[in-house]
Formats: sequence, structure tokens, C-alpha cells
Amino acid sequence: MTARSIPWLKFTAPPNFYVLAERLTPWLWGVAALFLVAGLYVGFFVAPPDYQQGNSYRIMFIHVPAAWMGMFLYLLMALYGAIFLIWRIKMADVMARAIAPTGALMTFLSLWTGALWGAPTWGTYWVWDARLTSTLILLFLFLGYIALHAASDDREKGGRAASLLAIIGAVNVPIIYFSVEWWYNLHQGVSVMRADGPSMAPSMLAALLLMTVAFWVYSAAIVLRRAQSETLSREARKEWAQQAACGRLTRDTRERAVAQAQQENAVSESGGQA
Amino acid sequence: MKTRHKRLFLVLGVVAGVSVATALVLNAFRDNLTFFITPSEVMAKSEFPERRFRIGGLVEDGSVDRDPNSTRVTFEVTDTRKNVPVTYEGILPDLFREGQGVVVEGRINSEGVFEADNVMARHDEDYMPAEAQEAIERAGHPEDEVGDYY
Repeated sequence: MTARSIPWLKFTAPPNFYVLAERLTPWLWGVAALFLVAGLYVGFFVAPPDYQQGNSYRIMFIHVPAAWMGMFLYLLMALYGAIFLIWRIKMADVMARAIAPTGALMTFLSLWTGALWGAPTWGTYWVWDARLTSTLILLFLFLGYIALHAASDDREKGGRAASLLAIIGAVNVPIIYFSVEWWYNLHQGVSVMRADGPSMAPSMLAALLLMTVAFWVYSAAIVLRRAQSETLSREARKEWAQQAACGRLTRDTRERAVAQAQQENAVSESGGQA
Repeated sequence: MKTRHKRLFLVLGVVAGVSVATALVLNAFRDNLTFFITPSEVMAKSEFPERRFRIGGLVEDGSVDRDPNSTRVTFEVTDTRKNVPVTYEGILPDLFREGQGVVVEGRINSEGVFEADNVMARHDEDYMPAEAQEAIERAGHPEDEVGDYY
């Protein structure tokens, strides 16, 4: 497989990835801030109080996007883990590793805000129902991934073990998502992605979707940033990384580094046959 | 076969194996994974379970009876087919009201009355402004989506 056959394979070369992320992140931060402000404004000032819950339902504008993001980031992390295991593309491991803390944060946020919402609504902070328990397991999977990745002195080995954990744990995500349909739960059923359309007033839905976009773009920005610094620390001995860390990466150095990285990849691919 | 193809099939095999194993386990533990059982399921049992369990359903309209001198309250939980009488002493959650979802936790006594030590309100998946709800009630269609729960 060459860089020509699939265009984005170009970004498996660390210097190319670094430059791409450098260009993207300022825009992503801006877009995330814009949607966050819009979402919070609509959520707090435009959307009306709920007919049953009054104002406490507004927690869902944080809770729901965070929960979606946690599940999505886990699947993405598992996908990058699989790419790393199968094709041994190091940048995939960098991406999976960069996703884990944000995924853990999102899952924690969804559990925490859920507890704060549950106290006035259900009359309890926590119950061991299928939805809540499987979400707690998701948090432990993220933390386990981070711990396993860091457990081995050999980064390659740690990455492989953690990737395998990520792939095995992916079975939990459909369980979380469908738990409210498979079993009776204290947690209510699906409101937004229903066959008969969302069961939610339009202005509430608008706030929820604006916040969801904000969470997506924020996650993209922070993950790319984290992947950038991880790349620099992994390549710290190389000339391009030292230049990039000082903000003075020249095109010439980058192209030389890319050529070298491709050569190393070719060697490790043929070496992988044994 | 190239090494990376072997690894691809290995990963796919792991995913398939884990999925099948999980599906079997979840299926085997189905009864334990459900957070509550319905009044119909309680009534269908030949003898009432002695251990603590949870019943979920709607608070029957007009069944709530509060003792004016204490926090004792009695009501019936219904799934629109069968009802279970419940007694509870304590503070009820804000969303506890007639016609709304509820989950009660406790034991059933020899007279068939469920003695709850914990009452949780169950919220439905509908979110709407208070005005919209009033409009629906004026139009003569009070929440008629009871069937959606079960």
C-alpha cells in the first residue's frame, strides 16, 4: 500500500500530520467556541422550561452530548487501535492514545451530570441499572486503556496491548446505546434518534444539537493538539521535531523526514513477514 | 496470505468472538439485567418472591393517599393491566405524581402489599414546554402514550 493509493495515508508520516493539525486546530477552536456560546445561549435563554421537570432538564445540554461523545470517541479509539494492530501505523496509535483522556473526560461528565440530574428527577444520584452501569464500565475501559498503554516500558508493546483492550471493549458501546431498549431501566428511552422523529420541542432540540457540534469540534481540536505533542515527544530526537517544537519547521526538513519515515515503514513491513 | 491480512482476520475474529460471547452472557442473565419487573409479571408469579426486588410502572390515577400525620403514603403501581398496592414512608421525589412513571424497591408482604423502602420517579423521553402540555390537555388528549413504556 503506497501513499498514492490512498491519499490520506500521507498523514501517517508524523511531520505531515503535525503540519496538518497545526493548520486545523485554530479553526477548530474557533468553531467550537462559536457553537458553545450559541448552544448555551439557546439552551439557557431560548428553550422553555420542561412541562414536568421545570429547569433541571437543562443539564441534558451537557449530559447528552458528553454521553454521545464518550461512546463515539471509544469506537474511534478502538478503530485506530485496530488500524495500529493490523497495519502497524504508528500515527494510529498516537491518535488512539490522544483520544483516550478526552473520551474518559466526556464519559465522566455524562456520569456526573447524570447524577446531578438524577437526584432531583429520580430521587437518587445513582442506581445500578443497565444504562448507568455500562456507562461506568466505559469510563473504566478508557482508564484501563490509558493505564495499560503506560504499563509497558516498550511503547510498541504497551500500544498493542492497549489496542487489543480497546477493540474487545468496543462491544460495550452497543450495549450502552441499546440498553434502554433491551431491558427495563430507570434511565428513560431514546428521545432524539427515533424512527418517529425526536420527542422534544424544536428549541430544546436546537440547543442540544448546537452543543453536540460544539463537543465534537472541541474534541477534534483537543485530540489533534494532544496527538501533536505526543508526536513531538516520540520524535524528540529527530531534526524536524526539534524545529517544529521551536515553531521553525522548514519545508525542506519536513520532506526529508517524510522520506525517511516512509523508508522505515517499508523496512518494518518487510520485517513483519517473519 | 500477507501478515497484515492475517492480523486483519485475527482482529475480526476477536471482535466476532467477543460479540458472540457477550450476546450469550447477556441473554443468559436477561432476568437479572432488567432494572425492574412490571405489575403483570409480579401477579403472574405463583408465589411472591421473598427477596427485595423492584417494580416499575405508572402511578395509578387517583390512587395516591397521603397520611396527613406522617410521611406515610399509599398508592398503586400499574402497567394498565395489573395493579400492585404500595406503601411507603419517606420523602418522595419531585417528579412523583399520578400518571407518571415510578420504580419502587422493597419487599412484598403476605397480604400482597408492596412495602417500598425506596421510591424513584421515572422520567419519560418526552421534552416539551409547559404551554404545549397545557394545550394538549385543553384539546382533551392527556398523555396517552402509556403504551410506550412497555
